[in-house]
Amino acid sequence: MAIFLGDEIEEKEEIKALMKSLAKFIEKLGDLELENVEIRAEELTFIIQPMVGFTAQIPQITQKVEKKIETLLKAEFSPPIETYPGTITEVKIGATRSEGGSRRKVIKIGGEKTMPFYSFEALNPNKPAIAMDIFDMPIELAKSVRQHFEDVMHDPAEWAKRQVEDFGAEIVSLNLISTDPLIKDTSPKEAAKTVENVLQAVDVPLIIGGSGNKAKDPLVLEAAAEVASGERCILNSANIDNDYKRIARAAKQHNHIVVAFTPMDINNQKKLNRLLLDEGLSKEQIIIDPTTAALGYGLDYTLSLMERIKLAGLLGDPDLQMPILASTSNSWGAREAWMKSEEWGPKEYRGPLWETVTTITAMMAGGDLFMLSHPATVRIIKRLIESLYGEVNADQRIQDWITDIGL
Amino acid sequence: MPEKVTLLSVYRYLPQTNCGECGEPNCMAFASKLLDRRATPDNCPPLKKPKYKEQLAKLIELIAPPIKEVKLGVGENLVKIGGKEVMYRHELTYHNPTAIAIDVSDTMDDDKIVERCKKIESISIVRIGDTLKVNMIAVRCASKDPDRFSYVVSLVARSCNLPLILCSFDPKILRAALEKGQVANKRPLLYAVTEENWREFSELAKQYDCPVAVFAPNNLSLIKSLIKTLQAIGIHDIVIDAGSYTEGNLLRDSVNNFIMIRRAAIKRGDKDLGYPIMAVPAVVWMVENQEPVIASYREACMASLFMNRFADLLIMHTSEIWALLPVLTLRQNIYTDPRKPVSVESGLRVIGKPDEKSPVFLTTNFALTYFTVANDLESAGINCYLLVLDAEGLAVEVSVAGGQFNPSKVKDLFTSSGIEKMVKHKKLIIPGLAARLKGEIEDLTGWEVIVGPRDSSQIKSFLTKYWA
Repeated sequence: MAIFLGDEIEEKEEIKALMKSLAKFIEKLGDLELENVEIRAEELTFIIQPMVGFTAQIPQITQKVEKKIETLLKAEFSPPIETYPGTITEVKIGATRSEGGSRRKVIKIGGEKTMPFYSFEALNPNKPAIAMDIFDMPIELAKSVRQHFEDVMHDPAEWAKRQVEDFGAEIVSLNLISTDPLIKDTSPKEAAKTVENVLQAVDVPLIIGGSGNKAKDPLVLEAAAEVASGERCILNSANIDNDYKRIARAAKQHNHIVVAFTPMDINNQKKLNRLLLDEGLSKEQIIIDPTTAALGYGLDYTLSLMERIKLAGLLGDPDLQMPILASTSNSWGAREAWMKSEEWGPKEYRGPLWETVTTITAMMAGGDLFMLSHPATVRIIKRLIESLYGEVNADQRIQDWITDIGL
Repeated sequence: MPEKVTLLSVYRYLPQTNCGECGEPNCMAFASKLLDRRATPDNCPPLKKPKYKEQLAKLIELIAPPIKEVKLGVGENLVKIGGKEVMYRHELTYHNPTAIAIDVSDTMDDDKIVERCKKIESISIVRIGDTLKVNMIAVRCASKDPDRFSYVVSLVARSCNLPLILCSFDPKILRAALEKGQVANKRPLLYAVTEENWREFSELAKQYDCPVAVFAPNNLSLIKSLIKTLQAIGIHDIVIDAGSYTEGNLLRDSVNNFIMIRRAAIKRGDKDLGYPIMAVPAVVWMVENQEPVIASYREACMASLFMNRFADLLIMHTSEIWALLPVLTLRQNIYTDPRKPVSVESGLRVIGKPDEKSPVFLTTNFALTYFTVANDLESAGINCYLLVLDAEGLAVEVSVAGGQFNPSKVKDLFTSSGIEKMVKHKKLIIPGLAARLKGEIEDLTGWEVIVGPRDSSQIKSFLTKYWA
């Protein structure tokens, strides 16, 4: 509403008309509030013409006149910093010769003092780490993943080398799926040989996974722990309903780390973590896997669980202060990642992007270690982590984006 | 709403007559609905009476979310952003899904503009009962020509029904678009107020009653100053663009800024920063000589990153569906209500017209799994029975690993569904991802278990091989 009132407003016909309609309006409403009206007058008199049949009371006029702002109102921003009573435990993966192993590289994860990448309040000491999957037998994989190592899938040692040397895996995640009684029923002893071969082929730490068979996994992981004694591998995984005691004992005896896996349940996660601690594992020997669902297939559960766990740990819950493992290569199970579809566009791009977006989400929610499949995801996530740690100085100008982003 | 708001403090501002006009038994029940945002003060008819005017105003202020809800556009495609109550979705739920806009440049040829608008508007993917869509179009004035821009704005407005973002830092250009672009009464978002242009810009926003974005890259004190100034002028529909850099240490700064803005508003009650935040992942396209595939990929990553850290509005450039699909799907994930399980009812479903020889399939009650399987069976024209197992709303792989999907539940489902009386054979097809349960299910039910494909898209070819 903009009414410009001059000095002689009482005498102007149009103002009189305006007042008349204003009065009628007021009669209907009872009162009037002038909002955002700029009044440029020394003194203002409302003269309402007496009219036949017009009996409305002269209303109270409240003025809410905004001052004309001439200069920018200055305000200072100060970062809303919080401190947390708890710290996430730092876990060292792999052991060098002097530490009783044979790895040339060891990786540290965890140790957070704040939520992921909240570097305005604290710098978390360790960057998230990247593991790449290999299997102890050729398996069905999406073509866009498979093409990068199809020629070495029959040889886990060569496959491991490819992941480390060509694609930059910081950790190799060896999945002994052939031990599944329904697949090849490979014996724990045979499986342990594969572990030895891979340990010799690469100098990075290992994650050693079973087949998911509840009865067999503890035996397989036990045998693997023995041949890898002192290497501080990650045994994947102890569950509430498998023989987690056997796995914990093997880890303790041979200096390894155990993954505590629970399916989407924070209370069971706490319970399992406590059970493993009770078995004599130190906090530095446990990593938790609260289940990673793929983008579009329950990732919402995963991200909220990870945030809850990380926050609980930072707030001081000792049962949830372990670093988080996220098997984001699970995203290849989503049909959007591998299925041919005109509607969804080329799967060669869509597939790796599906894995990358799943990983970004798990990383922002609190994941510390990722299992990945596609080399492009590894490259992009590594670069992203370096950026978020401020390790790359950028000279990016965005001020003119409106004109400068092309067609 | 801030944590201190209690049921009683909300109740205090209600009429307390227990009239029931809102559909609740009494005012206390209504207060509880207001508190967890299942109702708005609008739903209480008596509150609209003049005598409650003051009370209503106080109530609205009391329950206002710390992040203002800002409405962009008008009519059926109106987009609401902001309105957030919490930092993390598990604390309550996130309201108002991130709006996604795609840009159109006024330097494009007219027919290309029309084509692009139609393409953007037609993007539509059905997923778990939702339709995923792009919400807005951002019209960029790259020509720096007011006449061209206002012409293109009107062309875009005529070509599609999506709300618009009008992008130029020159208030004269935006004025031209509002005067001649036929969008003056459609509440486009005006992008953007800066340290240089705020005087003319704010006049424009007031005159046309449009929401505005403030732009001050990597400078939160300036963001606060601009907003404070706009508020004093009487502008309250504001969107914050603190810059969304996508590279190196600047990306780190941008992510930090997003977090700090949101935390300052929610935890510190900073009224200057209690507005929706926007990101412009489209800036990845400013790099010259870049492969379009690389740019689209990077842009989708940045959009996902910023959406994970509180972005309420995104302006993107790619129109490639393979790059947009993950972003749209992520939005659907982040904005599901964590208070509601994403599941369907367990039990028996009849697909097509099955008879006593028809196959029997098993799946879980996770909504997405169920809809995918049911849809694949229907579109393949398979007459069959589909048993839906209560796996506590989890997908097959996860629930098999976690034990929610187990043989004794299969046996119970046999009994409760009565499937044994509906078919003459004793063959059950289970999901490929549940293969390891084959033996146990056979032992427990006495049925033969056939391991189906790992993905239901393969069911048709599977059936021709394994089902005579």
